[in-house]
Amino acid sequence: MKNPNKQIFLLAHILALMLWGQTAFGNTLKVCKTCTYSSVKQAVQKARPGDTVLIDGGTYQESGIEINKPLRLIGQNNPVIDSNYKGQILTITVDNVMVQGLTLKNIATSYIRDDAAIRVFRASNVRILNNTILNTYYGIYLQNSEKITIKDNVVKGENAGKTESALGNAIHLYYTDEVEISGNNVQGHRDGIYLEVVKNSKVHRNSSINNQRYGLHFMFSNGNTYTYNIFRHNGAGVAVMYTDDVRMEYNTFEDNWGAAAYGLLLKDIRDSVIRNNIFRRNTTAIYMESSSRLDIKNNDFERNGWAIKLMTTCVDDTFRLNNFTGNSFDVSTNGPSQLNHFENNYWEKYTGYDLDKNGVGDVPYRPVSLYAMLVERVPPSVMLMRSFMVDLLDNMEKVLPSIIPENLVDEKPLMKRIKHDNDKEFAQVLRQTTSAPGRER
Amino acid sequence: MNKIIKYVLLDIVKSRIIIAYTVFLLLLSIGLFNLGGSPDKGILSLLNLVLLTVPLISIVFATTHFYNSYEFIELLVAQPINRKKIFMSEYLGVALSLSAAFIVGVGIPVIIFSSGLTGFYLVLTGVFITFIFVAMAFLASVITRDKAKGIGIALLLWFYFALIYDGIVLFILYAFGDYPLEYATLAMTALNPIDLGRIIVLLNLDVSALMGYTGALYKSIFGSVWGIAAAFGLLLLWALIPVMSSRRIFSRRDL
Repeated sequence: MKNPNKQIFLLAHILALMLWGQTAFGNTLKVCKTCTYSSVKQAVQKARPGDTVLIDGGTYQESGIEINKPLRLIGQNNPVIDSNYKGQILTITVDNVMVQGLTLKNIATSYIRDDAAIRVFRASNVRILNNTILNTYYGIYLQNSEKITIKDNVVKGENAGKTESALGNAIHLYYTDEVEISGNNVQGHRDGIYLEVVKNSKVHRNSSINNQRYGLHFMFSNGNTYTYNIFRHNGAGVAVMYTDDVRMEYNTFEDNWGAAAYGLLLKDIRDSVIRNNIFRRNTTAIYMESSSRLDIKNNDFERNGWAIKLMTTCVDDTFRLNNFTGNSFDVSTNGPSQLNHFENNYWEKYTGYDLDKNGVGDVPYRPVSLYAMLVERVPPSVMLMRSFMVDLLDNMEKVLPSIIPENLVDEKPLMKRIKHDNDKEFAQVLRQTTSAPGRER
Repeated sequence: MNKIIKYVLLDIVKSRIIIAYTVFLLLLSIGLFNLGGSPDKGILSLLNLVLLTVPLISIVFATTHFYNSYEFIELLVAQPINRKKIFMSEYLGVALSLSAAFIVGVGIPVIIFSSGLTGFYLVLTGVFITFIFVAMAFLASVITRDKAKGIGIALLLWFYFALIYDGIVLFILYAFGDYPLEYATLAMTALNPIDLGRIIVLLNLDVSALMGYTGALYKSIFGSVWGIAAAFGLLLLWALIPVMSSRRIFSRRDL
């Protein structure tokens, strides 16, 4: 025979234990229109370290909320904090803070203070998750911090009719290490994601669309990884400058189209890896200047104006197993000297043959056309684009090369387009048959 | 004058070459639009075709037509009709029939597949090119009485404008590459109707982003209503100058 009283007693104990457990992690302070706390600021001031501030749905007209003790700020039922253009909303100056599920909006352009919706200053272990940030100057601004997670946020700005200087960046990092930026959607700012002096960070699965300047912009940021991001319709694409040891893999660079737009702009990059990316419909897919020891492999270049602009300041770069299809110009360069290595790429424009049927063309392919050289040297000659004469000259030069760089040549061009997922075995066979890969020359 | 134009038109339609030309253009444009995928690409391939074949066919057809109807012209000259009127009717008859063929052959597919400002410019450029090259053909025909020589001159003119001229421009640009050549290039393109037509259309396509600084400069010039009007005005000039000079030669010459 079971005693019902005993069961109730047990249940009460468990409940009490749970409650006690929660108090051990801090109290929960609820904010809503009819609660004890009707403003976020009030609740944050009253909260003790380790508490949770639970913000219920509704619009709160607040700004200047300073978080200087470890807290968890959690939004429930889509609460909106509207600063009404009166300055910054959240300023985090302490470690171990979490901000989740809030909508923050309306921050005015401020040239002196660089106002942001969320600013993290000299803090570590801060987590910013699932927030929506609308119509702000800067979105999320991190400085002098470390171990930050920025995940699944949406940052949308209004850049229509604004100049570059009147806009801020969606996610801005300055002197901040070990950051994970993932799954964010950033739009309509100056730079989508901006990193300056950031080390050992990961940027992945973000989409950066319709930004005025760069989708992703980073400088002096060594040892970072960028994977599975989408950069689309940005003013000038993605810019990577003065950086060593970068991994850029599985990204998509799309529709960065305009007179001064690039898919990926590389300047002073060393010892980095660019693999398995897709470059589609960019004016210039990759522009490379003073970049050395890069491994560019397994990328797809489709329908770009220029697939690669390789300046003569680049040394020891290796291009292997890439697909070049439908580009107006495959490779262009600005001088005769060439110290880079092309091997086993697929060139759609290749017209050679393969007698021994091993999948590798028997005639070397020179991806630089005479006209591409000419345009690089004398820019006004671009006005003769699509002229019949130009096609004729290009074909003549292909038969008897005299002006195009002697050494910029793919000695072993592939006959068929590489399917990067399926052709792993094929790549291995090639590796065995070809004598020396680029790095070991 | 209208009556003579009517007779010339009837004569041309009877020869069936013009119908073959229409069908050829129609098939090519529909084919290119279907192959290209995007309408922009279709326009681009069509542009290359229009700028190469339309001048050639116009100039060859007009020259042969002029020599073939020499007897008819002599007959008309014997009548109390102003020579200038006879010449202009011949010219308009040929140019109008060829442009009609072009409008049907290229204009209709353009309207169906990619109606817009760029398509309109393409068709307009094609019509202008037709008028210009028929005028050049007539100029070649009135210069010499010898048919073989006349066709030779006409072909040379086509060869010059379609190919050699661009080669010369490339050479000049290459030789003077150290100087700012943007405006010089602009002047040089104005001296060739084929280049001018190509640039008018290209600047309205996506490809113009590839043209960098020069393209941006040209776009600022050709982008305005006045710029476009000036460009088409230049094309008009290109048609008028050979027509007027050949009319002058024709009316003074001993036939």
